[in-house]
Amino acid sequence: MKERSTIYLDYASTTPVDPRVASKMMEYLTPDGEFGNPASRSHRYGWKADDAVEEARSHVANLVNADPREIVWTSGATEADNLAVKGVARFYKSKGNHIITSKIEHKAVLDPCRQLEREGFEVTYLEPDEFGIIHASQVEDAIKDTTILVSLMHINNELGTLNDLDAIGKITREAGVFFHVDAAQSTGKVEIDLSKLQVDLMSFSAHKTYGPKGIGALFVRRKPRVRIEALIHGGGHERGMRSGTLAPHQIVGMGEAFRIAKEEMQSDHEKINKYHEKFLKEAMKIEHAYINGDLNNKVPNILNISFNFVEGESLIMGLKDVAVSSGSACTSASLEPSYVLRALGRKDELAHSSIRFSFGRFTKESEVDKTLEILHKVVERLRELSPLWEMHLDGIDLDTVVWNTD
Amino acid sequence: MAYSKKVVDKFENTLNDPKAFNVGRFDPSEENVGTGMVGAPACGDVMKLQIKCEPSGNTHIIKDVKFKTYGCGSAIASSSELVEMLIGKTLEEAKAIKNKEIVEALELPPIKIHCSVLAEDSIKQAIEDYESKQ
Repeated sequence: MKERSTIYLDYASTTPVDPRVASKMMEYLTPDGEFGNPASRSHRYGWKADDAVEEARSHVANLVNADPREIVWTSGATEADNLAVKGVARFYKSKGNHIITSKIEHKAVLDPCRQLEREGFEVTYLEPDEFGIIHASQVEDAIKDTTILVSLMHINNELGTLNDLDAIGKITREAGVFFHVDAAQSTGKVEIDLSKLQVDLMSFSAHKTYGPKGIGALFVRRKPRVRIEALIHGGGHERGMRSGTLAPHQIVGMGEAFRIAKEEMQSDHEKINKYHEKFLKEAMKIEHAYINGDLNNKVPNILNISFNFVEGESLIMGLKDVAVSSGSACTSASLEPSYVLRALGRKDELAHSSIRFSFGRFTKESEVDKTLEILHKVVERLRELSPLWEMHLDGIDLDTVVWNTD
Repeated sequence: MAYSKKVVDKFENTLNDPKAFNVGRFDPSEENVGTGMVGAPACGDVMKLQIKCEPSGNTHIIKDVKFKTYGCGSAIASSSELVEMLIGKTLEEAKAIKNKEIVEALELPPIKIHCSVLAEDSIKQAIEDYESKQ
């Protein structure tokens, strides 16, 4: 692999396609490859493409210990989330109109929930604890007679913290409420066993796990059966749940990526865990650095740190040879700091100061070292520029200052 | 964020050599120093601007400027740009500086115009503080 001038530490945003995956995808595009339409039943081209799709479906199912017939292809985790949330709500609306989710879900769940509110559904948004975790007891307390669905993420994309699917699933199953989980950040990072977890629907993305963008899947449990109303109609593909010609090259890519994820989860984890330990130890030598998330209950590939008295976007600009993301308002179009960090009860200035580092399969130790070196230098420089740091050094408590915001 | 090369260069130059770009502080209690501080940490920007002036005829001239800015890249670049405009100006000339001049000099994107407004506010406040001491 060629050397890149910018170090990539934004794997939680997207991953490169594993070269092994890309070469497999190439077999399903050109006249020499298996380019057929998997829905074509009348010839070999169709059969071959269909075989490839079904093999990929098995790989996806296999990674999470599900039945391949429970996997529905979608265009990505966003569509899978939409299909799960809106699909269940609309199908079961005669049973009830109440949905439970949390304030720190991905927009792919929050925005469909907003849409359902416009359609007359009632949505409860649970508050996370200070580490970004939703507890089973909160779900239990929020369930009422009209509740039909609970939708919570497995691993938070900004913090890396984990919700306890086992405990929450027990509550929802007992209450007869469907449980949807966005697991876009989970595959290849932590073990998921859907034969044990009482989860009814689960969303997956290929491009967070070294597969291509533009493909994902929704797990829809068969026993006990979950039914959903389709969002897209036109041919009844995927057992009527998601119409549209399947994209074998994308699907094969996701299948191969998930097959490799199962094989290499352990070795990926060991390497990334080592980087995490090192990064944590060295980055926390910087004064007034705070971890966002729960160190005792998070995945090692995501590390979110606030560097107080320094604004996140300027830190990102200072770290110009490193690709990372920030909860800072200034990196978003809305000028609002991260809603996830604000929901943890963090002061706005700490949300503005946050940087998410995320490591992956292709991260090199030398890149971790280089990033740490640059980070130390840039934080120090930006603090030299920061009037807040100066006030802090002068012993002024910034919380007592009256700011001139006219 | 698609910044112009001017913002990026100004930010990086300031970061790489803060002293050369007038980062620092004057003692705010000195009579010939005016201090302005605008913005709030919760909003993501705080600018502190200090001017050191000398009487000249019937006005005062800005002899030296120091600043510190907490904020996004364009906030830091806007302060740094403003500082360059100030040295050698009379207070009247400095008061006449409009945020638009900073927007144009740095080619700020529309969403970052508030950074230039903040910079304009900071010089106004610094002059006010200075004048109140005379």
